[in-house]
Amino acid sequence: MKHLDEYRDRELAQRIIERIHASSKKGIRIMEVCGTHTVSIFRNGIRDVLPSNIALISGPGCPVCVTATEEIDKSIKLSREHDVIITTFGDLMRVPGSKSSLQKEKANGADIRVVYSVSDAIKIASNNPQKRVVFLGIGFETTAPTIAAAVLEAKSEGIKNFFVLVLHKLIPPAMEALLSGGDLKIDGFMCPGHVTSIIGASSYVPVTQRYHIPCVVAGFEPIDILQAIYMLVEQLEEGQAQVEIQYKRGVTFEGNKNAMAIMERVFDRCDTVWRGLGVISKSGFKLKVQYREFAAEDSFDLSIPKAKEHPGCMCGEILRGVVTPAECPLFRRTCNPGHPVGPCMVSSEGTCAAYYKYQA
Amino acid sequence: MCLAVPMEVLNIDGNRAWVSAGGTKREVRLDVIDQRPHIGDYVIVHAGFAIHRIDQEMAKETLKMFEEMFSNEAPG
Ligand code: SF4
Repeated sequence: MKHLDEYRDRELAQRIIERIHASSKKGIRIMEVCGTHTVSIFRNGIRDVLPSNIALISGPGCPVCVTATEEIDKSIKLSREHDVIITTFGDLMRVPGSKSSLQKEKANGADIRVVYSVSDAIKIASNNPQKRVVFLGIGFETTAPTIAAAVLEAKSEGIKNFFVLVLHKLIPPAMEALLSGGDLKIDGFMCPGHVTSIIGASSYVPVTQRYHIPCVVAGFEPIDILQAIYMLVEQLEEGQAQVEIQYKRGVTFEGNKNAMAIMERVFDRCDTVWRGLGVISKSGFKLKVQYREFAAEDSFDLSIPKAKEHPGCMCGEILRGVVTPAECPLFRRTCNPGHPVGPCMVSSEGTCAAYYKYQA
Repeated sequence: MCLAVPMEVLNIDGNRAWVSAGGTKREVRLDVIDQRPHIGDYVIVHAGFAIHRIDQEMAKETLKMFEEMFSNEAPG
């Protein structure tokens, strides 16, 4: 397929790998922020071909994984309202809350529907005027503009039975939180391609300057990832800390101004809680005053008992990159993709699921 | 979840377009994209929305980077 196959060429991959081996001298730790990168790195065996002085650390970039237990609990509470249809991206279904999951609630009769796009949720709302349709708005900057567009549509179409539980999370504040946390040494970031399609590579300039750390925005094919690693190696060997774009076919420096304007029209920034990282200042969205009629938290009682984490699950540390799944005592024992204990095992992009599937 | 794939634009109808890749056809919305695509363009599609129009020149630049990277090497 065009714009994909060119970036899967074995011979080219081999030449880049040789280049990386020839150039890389220092011991370096590169974090791939994005879960889609984590999966591609495993699927293509990229760790195995790198010199031993380069470590790849998986970061918090799986939207399902960073959804907090309390957010799942609120979604479950909503699903128990008699006149509510919950609409959600499928990944969220199996994420364990304190006591239940959306999947279990569905088995018990709750009307929960998996959708491919927020547009489907709007259609469900139009077709079920006697019901209240709540969309669970998870995802990073890639997804948030699509939810914002749906809110604008609902407003202009006068749809009154559509609500969003806004749980979006923003990547650059999380990167800063990781760096300022101090328990993790990272020398370079491989930044997420599709988040950056929206926000633009310029969004990482403050991070590179404040922490003197190079950021390279990468695509998702093996050549993309290898080239991004090579670009990071070159910067690190020369002591530079710049923002560079490897994924030029998908990303610009300025970003998608239309998408950013739509988000700004609909959302205000707010503090939000991330699984594993806690509350990060200005790392989330809430609906602006003009659009509060669509805010699930204004129309429903979302008070819940204090959320309970599963004892022993180390997803928090995994999401911060401070431990690997093998260090979790439950990994492969009580916790596996058939019986996930934590979200990092539920989502196919979760670090635990990727290790489980690809590492013998 | 930020999975998004390049798809070819087959048809445009107002705020919507039909796109295809690898035998899959889909209708996508154009509210979020910043540069309106033309028929035959490739767009990156995420969750039912086109989010980016692929600039052919930019795509070529990456491949050019490789040429430069290897230009001082003996062919091998
Ligand atoms: S292996 Fe399971 S229990 Fe352990 S951190 Fe991963 S998801 Fe949590």
